[in-house]
Amino acid sequence: MGARVALVSFDRATIGAMSCNPAIGGLGKGHLVREVDAFDGLIARAADDAAIHYRMLNASKGTAVQGPRIQADRRLFKASIQRQLAGHDKLTIVEGEAAALCFAVGSGTRVSGLKLADGTRLSSSAVILATGTFLGGKLFRGEERLTGGRIGEAAATILAEQIRGAGLPMARLKTGTPPRLDGRTIDWSQLEEQPSDAGRWTMSMMHSHRALPQLFCAISRTNSQTHDIIRSGLGRSPLFGGDIAGQGPRYCPSIEDKIFRFGDRDGHQVFLEPEGLDSYLVYPNGISTSLPTDIQEAMVQSMAGLEQCKIVVPGYAVEYDHIDPRALDSSLAVRGFAGLYCAGQINGTTGYEEAAAQGLIAGLGAATRLFGMPMPAIDRSNSYLAVMVDDLILQGVTEPYRMLTARAEYRLRLRADNAPTRLTPLAIEAGCVSSERENLFKTRVERKQALEAAFQTKLTADQLLRHDIAVKPDAGRMSLSEWLRFPMITGRDLVAILYGADMEVDEDALAEVEQDSRYAPYLERQDAEIRNIAANDRIALPDELKYSDIAGLSNEMVERLEAARPETLSAASRVRGVTPAALAAILVYAKRAERSRSIAA
Amino acid sequence: MGTADTIFALSSGAPPAAIAIIRISGAQAFEAIELLAGRLPAPRRASLVTLRKPSGEELDQALALVFPGPGSATGEDLAELHLHGGRGVVRAVEATLAMIPGLRQAEPGEFTKRAFQNGRIDLNEAEGLADLLAAETEWQRRAANRMMGGAFSALIEKWRVEVLRLSALTEAELDFSDEDDVQAHNSQSISDSCRTLHTAIMEVLNTPSAEKLRDGLHVVLGGPPNSGKSTLLNTLVGRDAAIVSDAPGTTRDRIEVPVAFDGIPLIFIDTAGLRDESHDRIEIIGIERTRAAFDDADILLWLGAENEGPPHPQLIEIEAKSDDPAHLQKSPVAIVVSAMSGGGISDLKAEIVARAKHLLPPPDRFAINRRQRHYLEMVVADLAEVSDSHDWLIIGEHLRQVRMSLDRLTGRAHTEEMLDALFGKFCIGK
Repeated sequence: MGARVALVSFDRATIGAMSCNPAIGGLGKGHLVREVDAFDGLIARAADDAAIHYRMLNASKGTAVQGPRIQADRRLFKASIQRQLAGHDKLTIVEGEAAALCFAVGSGTRVSGLKLADGTRLSSSAVILATGTFLGGKLFRGEERLTGGRIGEAAATILAEQIRGAGLPMARLKTGTPPRLDGRTIDWSQLEEQPSDAGRWTMSMMHSHRALPQLFCAISRTNSQTHDIIRSGLGRSPLFGGDIAGQGPRYCPSIEDKIFRFGDRDGHQVFLEPEGLDSYLVYPNGISTSLPTDIQEAMVQSMAGLEQCKIVVPGYAVEYDHIDPRALDSSLAVRGFAGLYCAGQINGTTGYEEAAAQGLIAGLGAATRLFGMPMPAIDRSNSYLAVMVDDLILQGVTEPYRMLTARAEYRLRLRADNAPTRLTPLAIEAGCVSSERENLFKTRVERKQALEAAFQTKLTADQLLRHDIAVKPDAGRMSLSEWLRFPMITGRDLVAILYGADMEVDEDALAEVEQDSRYAPYLERQDAEIRNIAANDRIALPDELKYSDIAGLSNEMVERLEAARPETLSAASRVRGVTPAALAAILVYAKRAERSRSIAA
Repeated sequence: MGTADTIFALSSGAPPAAIAIIRISGAQAFEAIELLAGRLPAPRRASLVTLRKPSGEELDQALALVFPGPGSATGEDLAELHLHGGRGVVRAVEATLAMIPGLRQAEPGEFTKRAFQNGRIDLNEAEGLADLLAAETEWQRRAANRMMGGAFSALIEKWRVEVLRLSALTEAELDFSDEDDVQAHNSQSISDSCRTLHTAIMEVLNTPSAEKLRDGLHVVLGGPPNSGKSTLLNTLVGRDAAIVSDAPGTTRDRIEVPVAFDGIPLIFIDTAGLRDESHDRIEIIGIERTRAAFDDADILLWLGAENEGPPHPQLIEIEAKSDDPAHLQKSPVAIVVSAMSGGGISDLKAEIVARAKHLLPPPDRFAINRRQRHYLEMVVADLAEVSDSHDWLIIGEHLRQVRMSLDRLTGRAHTEEMLDALFGKFCIGK
């Protein structure tokens, strides 16, 4: 888009370091990665550059909920990010500790730049805070306490103080990471293997094949002995001693939490994921913990295949500051401050994918504001990006927010495979796509359109039967895309009828057309619903609306609405606990205010 | 409190009457009472006050009641004045109230609209209240009471909780089954639960609709010209509603007469007699309308030749004009009546009432209206598709649609237009 950007970090060498599990993607998260890629973000390409294991989650279910996920070689992932960043000539990496936001003279709210701990001042019209777990970061392991955002790294303590002092609504959240194991001490022969998917799909649209050799993961399991060991250490856990105040994620609990809450289970799966091609480190996914090191060792060694296993780095919990994201608007700008944006864990989310997606939104927000352009028109019906932002700014968080497909009410149309179709046109319009991607996208669109045109051809049930496709003889004559509504008919079958079995077509385009057709009746039904929401989206609610003045809203509703300040009536309808009656009252009040304004004008 | 006007209206029937009740709702309601009565009575207690104009001239001795919001019927400060029910008194008090700045006459339905907007009632209760206010017969009143009491809302809530449970199972399957630690469910148990829910909702859908109760059952009189339909109608309703003459074809258009037998609302409809060979253009139009009336009839009284009436599940064969020796004879199935002597009329009324009771929602159940029926039909259609599907994604989508339809029933997905249409039905002051 042409903005000049400085990237400030403690240590240039750690940019691109994966803090926790060496994996990118997953259910809902894979969608986000593809959407960021559709805007020419880096994460998908870095993931492919480092991928040593590909797995399509939910492969047995409908495409819309399939989640592409890769295991990354940590070193290669970081190298790819560093290489890609170096290729951006308008980006400067600045090493140092961000210590304070600077504000314009005479203004406590208009951002003018950033001051580093060494006294350097960087001037800019917008600052995006992406503090990860570093803002007021504190590490816990058994009885040990450390200050820092990651093991062996510092925390942004001074900035945390300034932000708390600025009156922003801040709170604490907690996350954790498992111990890292020495793969050379694991008895792999005892364990069930999970090989990489055979498919040829990649994370980024820009890549047509997988570059690296593929490794396998393995699966072990906790058992009753493991659980006894964990129980014996609960008294020494900072989680249960009351030392950690921040709420952790319910869907990614520490192993001690799992045992405490689901003690009746006879075991929990542990995925053993290699950290790289030339690394012996193994990441045991499923046993995030902050128990003391001796308990961690005993726990690990109680599991099958891990009897002799050595821990290289013990697991720990990290507690950090985050802002109540309801203080943000839909471009992730902090309301009431000009030019201040937040992205990533500071907004109460978890995960690389959620962070990358917010970095994109905040970056778009800052750049479009700078250049006086409109934000790309993303909304809940066209992207997980917007689903996440909308959830965050309206509902706030009570635990680290993780993307799930269940969060997207229009997920039938929000597939990982059609992210470019949904979003790249918006990205091109906003000017954030390379010419290389734009050309590739145009080719893709042309191929898809050609297939769509071909699939308007009508065929009779007889014609299908003659090609050994089992349909009811009296099913009549339909277009190919209508025939695709029958689950047993594939796009490939129909291409064979049209062009012969040897015809080569773009597999991605074909898969997309097939899925579009498959769910077409449902998408049509949703269209009407989406139009209704769009109508309520046109009813803007003024930022200064005084909810406490509206009769009939409970104190709880007033509190939530004042905190979230929904931008439109349909956003207000999504604020939890807002009843239909309350919404009617808000509508009437807003209409009346509008009327009196227009009379006054 | 909001900046809304304070509204007032006569809330009891048209004067003159023994008493007349004026309701005042809004931020200035108590101020208005103080202005007129000189003091504000204790909340929720009837107090005798003397109402005066600002000039000091006495208006009336009245009972005043004040209900502070938000615990009042409208959710706002609410006051009632029980006046002596003469037209002059009512007009004078209304005129005095209208002179207070910020006070105005209420629009139709506005008290209920405020109750709804202030969260005092939900949409189903609002509709129940609208029906209750419009209820003219005992049966209508009892059914409306059930709806307003929230019996229907409670049922929807029960269904909604069940659908939420099924949705949660489905979402767990979609978002977590590949990540361990969620026990795989099978779609069979969800299908089974959906079928059970389907059956429960069908039971409600199969009860007769609320419109019948509100508007009355159509009892249509049919038969050839001059078979005595108009005479029978006049006898049944107890007045001369239809023109009666011996000339065949006197009734050219349908005549509708609303009555209540045993508290059951009925509309008697007289039709033009059916003749095949008429060339009179007006009469032909009348005959077309007759056929439409037959289609729309809930009960059909057939005065023509036996078994020659239009096919209808509730056809009552009538042997009319039994006092006339030349009258059309029928088998014992028919009810023999004589409009002239009144013979058989009470038997016929009893038969009509017996059949009507089958067609109306039982008084101890709520009745659903067309809007509610529409959304329940959508719910049922989606539930049926869940049972047919093995694609979790589609199951999830149908369950989402079910949740939306249920939400619409309680008004979550309302539009301004729908609200206006609903509240436009209320008469002023309720």
